[in-house]
Amino acid sequence: MSEKNIQILSGTEAAALAAKLCKVEVVAAYPITPQSKIPEKISEYVEKGELEAEFVLVESEHSALGVCISASLAGARAFTATCANGLLYMSEQVHWAAGSRAPVVMCVANRGVGAPWTILNDQQDTISQRDAGWIQLYCRNNQEILDTVIQAFIIAEELFVPVMVCFDGFVLSHTNMPVDVPDSNDVASMIPPYKPVLDITDSKHIVNINPVTFSTPRPFANGEIQPSYMGLRKRLNEALILALTTIPRVDALFEKKFNRTTGGLLWEYMVEDAEVILLSMGSLASEAEVAADALRQNNIKAGVIGVRCYRPFPGEAIKKSLQHADYVAVFEKDISYGHEGALCSDIKSVLYGTPNQPRIMGFIAGIGGKDVKARELQQATIDLIDGRITESPVWINLTV
Amino acid sequence: MNKNLREPIWAASTIAKGEGGITGDWRSHRPVLNKEKCTVILRNKPVCHLCWLYCPEAVVSRNIPPEIDLLYCKGCGICAKECPVDAISMELEEKD
Repeated sequence: MSEKNIQILSGTEAAALAAKLCKVEVVAAYPITPQSKIPEKISEYVEKGELEAEFVLVESEHSALGVCISASLAGARAFTATCANGLLYMSEQVHWAAGSRAPVVMCVANRGVGAPWTILNDQQDTISQRDAGWIQLYCRNNQEILDTVIQAFIIAEELFVPVMVCFDGFVLSHTNMPVDVPDSNDVASMIPPYKPVLDITDSKHIVNINPVTFSTPRPFANGEIQPSYMGLRKRLNEALILALTTIPRVDALFEKKFNRTTGGLLWEYMVEDAEVILLSMGSLASEAEVAADALRQNNIKAGVIGVRCYRPFPGEAIKKSLQHADYVAVFEKDISYGHEGALCSDIKSVLYGTPNQPRIMGFIAGIGGKDVKARELQQATIDLIDGRITESPVWINLTV
Repeated sequence: MNKNLREPIWAASTIAKGEGGITGDWRSHRPVLNKEKCTVILRNKPVCHLCWLYCPEAVVSRNIPPEIDLLYCKGCGICAKECPVDAISMELEEKD
């Protein structure tokens, strides 16, 4: 292991630097706050000759991901970044990337979705893309952004599943933090070269990719049986389930090399004896650690679970972490309108049918950049334990 | 490539006739050429071929006589409509 190289970086800078360390070959992105600095930095690397990559200028996010999918299927390591309405504008290609099994890595600096316009942070954008077939990893600080992008390429290219690296806009994207930047040779030695499923650049064996695929398997012109559309969908699901073992393994490899961990599927804080668990994703889960400390000072045995991997959903790992808890307070920056927070529903579903289920309550916080303080998480947790909360979800710190 | 992933994982095919499916089976009416009326056949020259020109699926050949590829013909009836001598009639397909 080489010596530490601490740099003060914003979240966007950490993401761009990570892409550079991974020696990405094709980058296409369209500017949208608060993600814009990622492609700006990368274009700078390319212009300066620090990164040998094709930086493709596009007119929209839809085209940005389209370029990345094509490049990826042709055998290039492809990277992009977006958020909010930009992510939704590329939504058709988001599904296409997963269906065509293009191992693209995309950073999303989570931002609230318009209308009405907001540039500030919540996680509604990526949660709305939950069922597109991507792996979704959420970061709690800038070090994790850098580390997660590196891990994301390894995971994506092994499973042929695209990976979304999600981090909170402004809270992380525009906040400077010390980041230990690994040596580029060390990173290169960790990431195996990317080999696509098929060599579609071979002009002697031209293939048509993603043609109309019917509901029953059929032999194609070359006599090979082509799986049905549903069969391909099942394979995609299997790949995501397989990611539940790949992600912790890659994190363990990373830890061995760089002596730090992102937690793999999830991370825990003081859960061993915890009676109440504060559960969240991204930077809000970091905030929950402060709340848990304060609750401990008031003799409430609190712990925190930070869900790092949201899709695939680490149900078994969460179930194991929650087995001794009496109460679970789920804090999240998204809402499934007409129901509750998406994470809260998922937590409830994995605990279905288990004995001694904890009391689970959903809290919606920090929507559209609404400030969330640790003391508010602390109060919400106390209210849950004292039985003062009857309706779920509870909207935290909302007057009007 | 992870061995636990079942091949193939995405849809791909070599470029060849029939790779996108034999799409003529959508047809409800088939075009039938009356050889006694067709100008091309009667004159034995490539002189009309409006059926070839207008076919949106490019399944009518420019040969003498014009041939219609029923594997792909969707039975739209444009050739029958455009034929100036009414040499093409649309006849109901008999389905199984």
